[in-house]
Amino acid sequence: MKKITLTIDHKKIEVPEGSTVLDAARAAEVYIPTLCDDPLLEPFGACRLCIVEIDGYRGLPTACSTPAADGMQVRTSSAMIETNRKTSMNLLLSDHPLDCQHCVANMRCDLQYVAAYVGVRGDNPYQGEKRSYELDDSNAFYNRDLDMCILCGKCVRACDEIQGRQAISFGYRGFSTKITAPFDLPIWESNCESCGRCVDMCPTGALFDKSQLKHGLPTGETKTTCPYCGVGCGLIVETKNGEIIGVRGDRENSVNEGHTCVKGRYGWEYVQHPDRVKKPLIRKYLLEGKKKSEIDKSSSDWEWAETSWDTALDITASNLAQIRDSHGADSIGFLTSAKCLNEENYLMNKLARQVIGTNNIDHCARL
Amino acid sequence: MSNYVAIRKWADEEVSSQRADKARIAIGLGTCGIAAGGNAILEAAERTLANNEEIKADVVSVGCIGICYKEPLLDIEIPGQPRLSYGPVTPGETKKILENVFIHNIYEHKKALAVIDDDAFSEIPSWNEIPFFAPQERTVLRNCGFIDPEKIEDYIANDGYAGLSRALLDMTPEAVVKETLDAGLRGRGGAGFPAGRKWTIAADNIHTLRESQPDLPSYGYVICNADEGDPGAFMNRSVLEGDPHSVIEGMIIAGYAIGADYGYIYCRAEYPLAIDRLKLALEQAREKNLLGENILGTDFSFDIKLKEGAGAFVCGEETSLIASIEGDRGMPMPRPPYPAQSGLWGIPTIINNVETLNNIPVILSKGAAIWAEKGTEKSKGTKTFALTGKVENTGLIEVELGMSLRQVIYDIGGGIPDGKEFKAAQTGGPSGGCLPKEQLDLTIDYEALAEAGSIMGSGGLVIMDESTCMVDVARYFLTFTQFESCGKCVPCRLGTKRMLEILTRITEGKGKIEDLDALEELAPSIRDSSLCGLGQSAPNPVLTTLKYFRSEYEAHILDGRCPAGQCKALITYTIDKVDCVGCVVCLRACPVDAITGAKKEIHIIDTDICTRCDTCRQVCKFDAVLIDGNLL
Repeated sequence: MKKITLTIDHKKIEVPEGSTVLDAARAAEVYIPTLCDDPLLEPFGACRLCIVEIDGYRGLPTACSTPAADGMQVRTSSAMIETNRKTSMNLLLSDHPLDCQHCVANMRCDLQYVAAYVGVRGDNPYQGEKRSYELDDSNAFYNRDLDMCILCGKCVRACDEIQGRQAISFGYRGFSTKITAPFDLPIWESNCESCGRCVDMCPTGALFDKSQLKHGLPTGETKTTCPYCGVGCGLIVETKNGEIIGVRGDRENSVNEGHTCVKGRYGWEYVQHPDRVKKPLIRKYLLEGKKKSEIDKSSSDWEWAETSWDTALDITASNLAQIRDSHGADSIGFLTSAKCLNEENYLMNKLARQVIGTNNIDHCARL
Repeated sequence: MSNYVAIRKWADEEVSSQRADKARIAIGLGTCGIAAGGNAILEAAERTLANNEEIKADVVSVGCIGICYKEPLLDIEIPGQPRLSYGPVTPGETKKILENVFIHNIYEHKKALAVIDDDAFSEIPSWNEIPFFAPQERTVLRNCGFIDPEKIEDYIANDGYAGLSRALLDMTPEAVVKETLDAGLRGRGGAGFPAGRKWTIAADNIHTLRESQPDLPSYGYVICNADEGDPGAFMNRSVLEGDPHSVIEGMIIAGYAIGADYGYIYCRAEYPLAIDRLKLALEQAREKNLLGENILGTDFSFDIKLKEGAGAFVCGEETSLIASIEGDRGMPMPRPPYPAQSGLWGIPTIINNVETLNNIPVILSKGAAIWAEKGTEKSKGTKTFALTGKVENTGLIEVELGMSLRQVIYDIGGGIPDGKEFKAAQTGGPSGGCLPKEQLDLTIDYEALAEAGSIMGSGGLVIMDESTCMVDVARYFLTFTQFESCGKCVPCRLGTKRMLEILTRITEGKGKIEDLDALEELAPSIRDSSLCGLGQSAPNPVLTTLKYFRSEYEAHILDGRCPAGQCKALITYTIDKVDCVGCVVCLRACPVDAITGAKKEIHIIDTDICTRCDTCRQVCKFDAVLIDGNLL
């Protein structure tokens, strides 16, 4: 790919053609504040904080949307830039609750960080009406607190560009503009699949996982692979006091670039659920070598008992063999799981067709 | 014989056979004419004809000729006689005039307005002698009010599609682009970008795309921006209603010039008549092979689809307009890429305003040099304006660029009614500014208007007199832009909201002097950092009123006074003891019973109860109701 060279704040940087000025600044490790840009999304140009000055360009172009060009001279700070940035930030905060202590995003809020960077404090010269909405807690996994929303549109774009679901969009106009599900219904009544990408990208406390309400910030993080299916999405498991308190997609993982489905992001409670089966369970009568026809189902023979993997597998193998011998191979069917690796599914196929001798094999992904 | 010669011959024959021995009674039935009662005139004319067999004439509806203050208009054209215009007429007068003219040969009537292109009658002035029309130059409105917009033969017989014929049959696409460049035509939508330059960029991109990807279904689009939405503006509506083919012809020529194969007309849904006439015109053009496959027997194919807007002002901004056609919410996208690089469906697209496209056929049929004779060095041609507000003659006008504001307001507009003083002229709608009387000699061209803090805009021209409060005007326009902001970018969504709150505060008498500092800080910031033209120009009404009428702001804040007597919280109604005759009319009319008194006794307004609804002042026949002690 063709490379182009430009200068950002006296730093020369070479980037591939097609990069934006903001991409180039990131590559050059020059910080430009932004609230609506994400490298994974198309440029949007809504927050107006990434304004820069470029020689030969009129006014204050936004770094996020301006294509980098050969020989470009970019300045990321000037009196004009700082004044306009401050005004935009003051305007944003004039329509945003300021009690950060009560906000679930406290200390992981991009708005908080960028406001501090721009140098905006409590003395906001622009005061006025603030939008106020009822909390939408209809979704099983996350809440929407639109009072906190700064309309950066990341959630809308994540839903559209990444998940391809378009469950939410901008609604209404002017000051009343808000992010809505179709017909302004609660999000649970939309076609949202609860992938959580919007929550992941939200720069404020407008979208947050219900689990975050209970636990605060994690004390540990573990990179792992999602156990749900064969795609192999990278996850970061957030923990506190030895327990999982949240899961998010791993942006550095090239398989999913931080994206997950609802199961990967929200289906982790089973891990530490008291009902979870951690060792093989087997009906007692099988351990005692009895036959099903001989036992009374209301007796203790029918109850589950913990056993070792060896015992469980031996009993399963011998019973399968016995059924095949007495009723024929086609009296047995195999159903494999998306939670298995490809290799495991392959082995299951071998077990069904070659060891047992039946073509009765299927996979949950086909159901 | 080329296809066009044949079509022209057909049109001439049609028109002359339709008019050969028959008189024509034309009623202006643009939206304006209908609103003024034109349909009743049409009925009256038809009834008169039905009752008088000796009157042989066709009753036809035409578009708007522009003279709004004389609507509804009745035009009579008798073969061999000059065309006569009457207005404003009532149904009764219509009957009388028709009978007078057709049966008794009497043309004079108190409502006789003008003779078109003739001076046959000493009693009735010629069209060009009327002060409203005399200073005007009609290029864009060449056909409006003269041809039947629902008949393609009328358009063709008036040189319609001659420009297209010349472009397609005698010129290369490059030569057509060059002709437009040479003419110096600048975008009539407001910003004034040279149309030819836009076309050049698009043509280059379309050419490159064709070379690099030979299998695409289409390579370029021409969009006609007919989403006219400025309050008080109706130039484009009148052109679409009165001369739809001129815009269609302009689009086809543009398509040929840049190498596009498809066009869209994005027309606001609030213009139902324009939409109906465009649909009809598109069908007629297709029938005559002026649109569709192999136009006029050449290799060039081009078709046009009509897309109705859904009522969003921001969709007049080109990237929002494209989003809207694509089925998305109308929200602007950052440029670059410009539509001429990557527009509708990612394909190079040019977006031209109705009036820009309407000029194209004239440039092509008459040549760039003749077209460019009018106007100034940098602002060529003519421009239409919707002249409204506190001016004697309201209407749709067209003037040569370079004319002064004073000429427009006083010569064409006839000055300010009721002997009041001129206060400000608002150009460019909510994106423009208010120019004070010191700027009356400003010439109307792109640069001069921008220099003065306003913009040319699409042609809204609202005149204000001394009874207009400039703070309230700024508040009004900010209410509009705030409501129409798409909400995407921070400066526009929240900046216009905060400015509106400040302006509202000032008009309610709750302003502080620091509010002016806040406005002066916010306005340039919103202008410089908003994403699209809507936000960038939204502060103009505030900036210009602050610049030219600062004392009025200060009077509101420091003296608690609205000099124009408009801001309800700051004014008091009283009844003059000398002039009041005690007629009880105001007392009875007051909706909140704030007036006490009895017959032949002086009435008194209780200011605590009074809601400043102005009813008493309007009903008083003795000018006894005063605002802040003054008679307004």
